[in-house]
This record gives sequence, C-alpha cells and structure tokens, in this order.
Amino acid sequence: MFRRLSDEALTISLMVDGSPVAAARGDTVAAALLAAGITEFCRSPVSQSARAPFCGMGVCFDCRVTIDGEASRQACLTPVRDGMTVVTGSGRRGLLLEASR
Amino acid sequence: MAAISEDSDILIAGGGIVGMSLAYGLAREGRRVTVLDEDDLSFRASRGNFALVWVQGKGVGMPCYARWTMRSAALWRSFASDLEAETGIAIAFEQRGGFSLYLQRQKLEAHMRALTGLMDKLGPEALAVELMDRKALERMLPAIGPDVVGGTYCRLDGHVNVLRLFGALHEACRRRGVSYRPGASVKAITSKDGSFLLSTTAGPFEAERVVLAAGLGNARLAPMVGLAANVSPQRGQIIVTEKLERFLDYPLSTLRQTDEGGVMIGASKEDAGFDIGTSVKVLNSLAADAVRMFPLLARAKVVRSWGALRVMTADGFPIYDASTQAPGAFLVTCHSGVTLAAAHALDLAPCLANHVLPLRFQPFSPRRFANVPETV
Repeated sequence: MFRRLSDEALTISLMVDGSPVAAARGDTVAAALLAAGITEFCRSPVSQSARAPFCGMGVCFDCRVTIDGEASRQACLTPVRDGMTVVTGSGRRGLLLEASR
Repeated sequence: MAAISEDSDILIAGGGIVGMSLAYGLAREGRRVTVLDEDDLSFRASRGNFALVWVQGKGVGMPCYARWTMRSAALWRSFASDLEAETGIAIAFEQRGGFSLYLQRQKLEAHMRALTGLMDKLGPEALAVELMDRKALERMLPAIGPDVVGGTYCRLDGHVNVLRLFGALHEACRRRGVSYRPGASVKAITSKDGSFLLSTTAGPFEAERVVLAAGLGNARLAPMVGLAANVSPQRGQIIVTEKLERFLDYPLSTLRQTDEGGVMIGASKEDAGFDIGTSVKVLNSLAADAVRMFPLLARAKVVRSWGALRVMTADGFPIYDASTQAPGAFLVTCHSGVTLAAAHALDLAPCLANHVLPLRFQPFSPRRFANVPETV
C-alpha cells in the first residue's frame, strides 16, 4: 500500500511482532510499519475493528502499539530506534494485567 | 418579518440537557414545543459535564434540595428505560451506588459531619449514606491505593453515558414533534396580549409560554420577563484517559470509568470568569490525586482534557421561578442537569404544561438571595 519515495538506506532494525523490520533513520514507527506493509496497528476498544494511522499527527489514537513493553504508544509520534520491539494488535488496554506483571 | 409561530404552545430558550429534558417532558404531556438553541461554540455546560446521577452530599443547607435530588434519582430508572424504548439508543445508565473517597482524614470527617447533619434534618426520608472503612472499600473498589483513608457510599448514586443521553433526548423529542432550532440565540423577549415574542438570530418566535433554560445566558434573559437569575460561571477541568478494560465498577464523585472504558477525572472548581481553557497546574493536581486513589492509572494515557463552566448560583442550589410581571414565563437553572434530568422531565415539566409552578418549589425562588427584590 505504501512505498518509500526515496532510496534512503534502511540502517535501523526493529522487531515487530517477532519479525525483523528494516527502517530508515528519521522514520516514525508508523512510517516504518506502513512501509513494511503492516496495516493493522491496533483494534478499536469498543467494536474491536482493526485500526491503522489516521491523522498522522497524534490526535486520533488509532496508531497505538506497544513499544519496548510500554502499551498505548502512538506510533506516529515516536521516532524509530535500533533494536526497538513493537507489538501490534492491542484492543482495550488491561491495566490490571499490566500491573500484575 | 412575520413571527414564526410554528403553532407552539411553549418556547424553551436553551437546548442543553435541562432544556431538552423539559422539552421531552412537555411533549409527553402533549404540548407543542419549540426549543431555541445557540451554537456549537456557545458555552454549553452540557458538553462539559461529568455524567453523574448524584445524590450524596446534595442539599447540605437546603434539605428540600436533597429531597428533590432523591426524587429525581428515584425517577431515573424509568426515565432511562423510556428514552431507550422510544429511541433505540442505549444510554448505559447504572445506578448501583457511588463513592466519595478521601485522602485526608479531616476532610472525610468534615464530610461525614455535614452529611449527618443533613440526614438528621431529613428525618424518615433520610438517604442511606454509609461511612466505609478501608476494608469495606477494598471489597468494592479493589484497585484503590494505600493513600485512601476512607470514604462514603450512597446506593442511590449512579452515572450515565451523557453523550448518548443527549442524543436520546434529541431523538425522543424529534419523534414527539418537538421543533429544535439551533443558531437561534435569543436577543430580546417582549410580551403582549398574553403572548411572548422572542427575537432570535434565526428570526422571531411567538408562543403563550416561555421557559428560560439557557444556563449562563439566563442572567441576561431573565430580566426581560421580570425574573432574576443570579448565576455565574464556575470552571471545572476534566481529564479523559484512553479506553481501558474495566477496573472500576462504581462512580466516584471525582472519577469514573465510562461504559466504553475511558476514565474521566474531574472535580476542580475555579473562578476563571468565562475562560473554558485548561491549566497545567490544575490538571497536574487532578492527575496526582487520581493516581493516589488508583495507582494503576499512572500508566494510563491521557487522550484529552477540557474546561467547562458550571452554571452556579450563590448557594449552589437550583432556581425555579414563575414570573408575576409576565405570567407564563418560567425560569429553570441548576448545575446538576444530568442528576435532575428525570425530575425535570417527569415532575417539573407536567407542572409547566399546566402553567403552574407549585408551592413546593417556593424554596428555590431567587427571593432567597438577599439582593433580589420582593417585587421580582
């Protein structure tokens, strides 16, 4: 669905849902995931329908992913970092479960 | 321009929760109603409220307000089911009781003293507010933090999805033939030959009766019909979190988890004039208290915050009044429009439908304020 417009070197390595994804310095997590063909970032908390980045500017909360163990990070606002782990597919967040871990 | 009569029996100035609850109740009584509302950017207390149907703590200093609040709480269940049945909109009303929690023992004790004084005055109708120690609280609110010293529980308290309540009120009114006119800010009211003529930004409207339910706007409108509405803005700021799996089964007076999972955190009170903004200082304070009450909230993401203006009288109690200078004009104002929605629709509206404000509303007259003359 998305392709990169320039030939930048993909020097950054992320682990997304257990699989490696290459990214360029300066990418947001959202851009890196979309460029890698990932189109489901999370599920809406009420209807559980799949969601992906919508506004791209931090106000819609449809790009939520878990980054380095922290849930509900907004992918469109987070720059990639080498070695970052990303988990997609979360629905309504379970704080009680997180607290007990 | 000729007056748009629309064959209305009654005009309501103000299409917030108070105005729409009254419109619904009047329509149920077979009256033809037109609601005149302002715009999206008007102050609109109804857009900023906390969605509580709240009994405990109401009426300290005016026992009849406590009784009026309890009356509304008792009517709320059937009010909710009627709205849902008529519109197909589920409003998620829950009434399993609610809590006031305290982080400081002196404040809890002061709260209990005020409540006990009120319950003594109310006599046999006394509402059941229980003092809860930590053990009791932990059973019902398992996520509370160690800093909570205690609280009170009232089984009549509850909450509702207020966005859907408002939608249901609008839909129920539409189905019952209420005419809703937005963009119709009332500029002037004149009365002649037993009829009221309202000049608005959407043209003139005319009817035999008018109800002022315009919140802060009532201050400007009331004198036009020989009434007085001493209301002033009190700002409240609210924080809303991302939607979470349910961890809180009961509303608190300052914090609640909605049916869809978001947590609303509120209860600030400021005199900020007509400024509906937010301040980092207040939001920080709200967040800090919320995290002390429910430590797991420290991880929750905030998705938005807002400021809104409560419609406050000097003593915090409602004003209900009927004009003697311009018979047929009524005034309704309160800051608990959600709690009182049921009583407004199912008790007050039938009175207004019959052109009267019964004597039991006397204590709510603005003549209780020292600076309102007897002639009003």
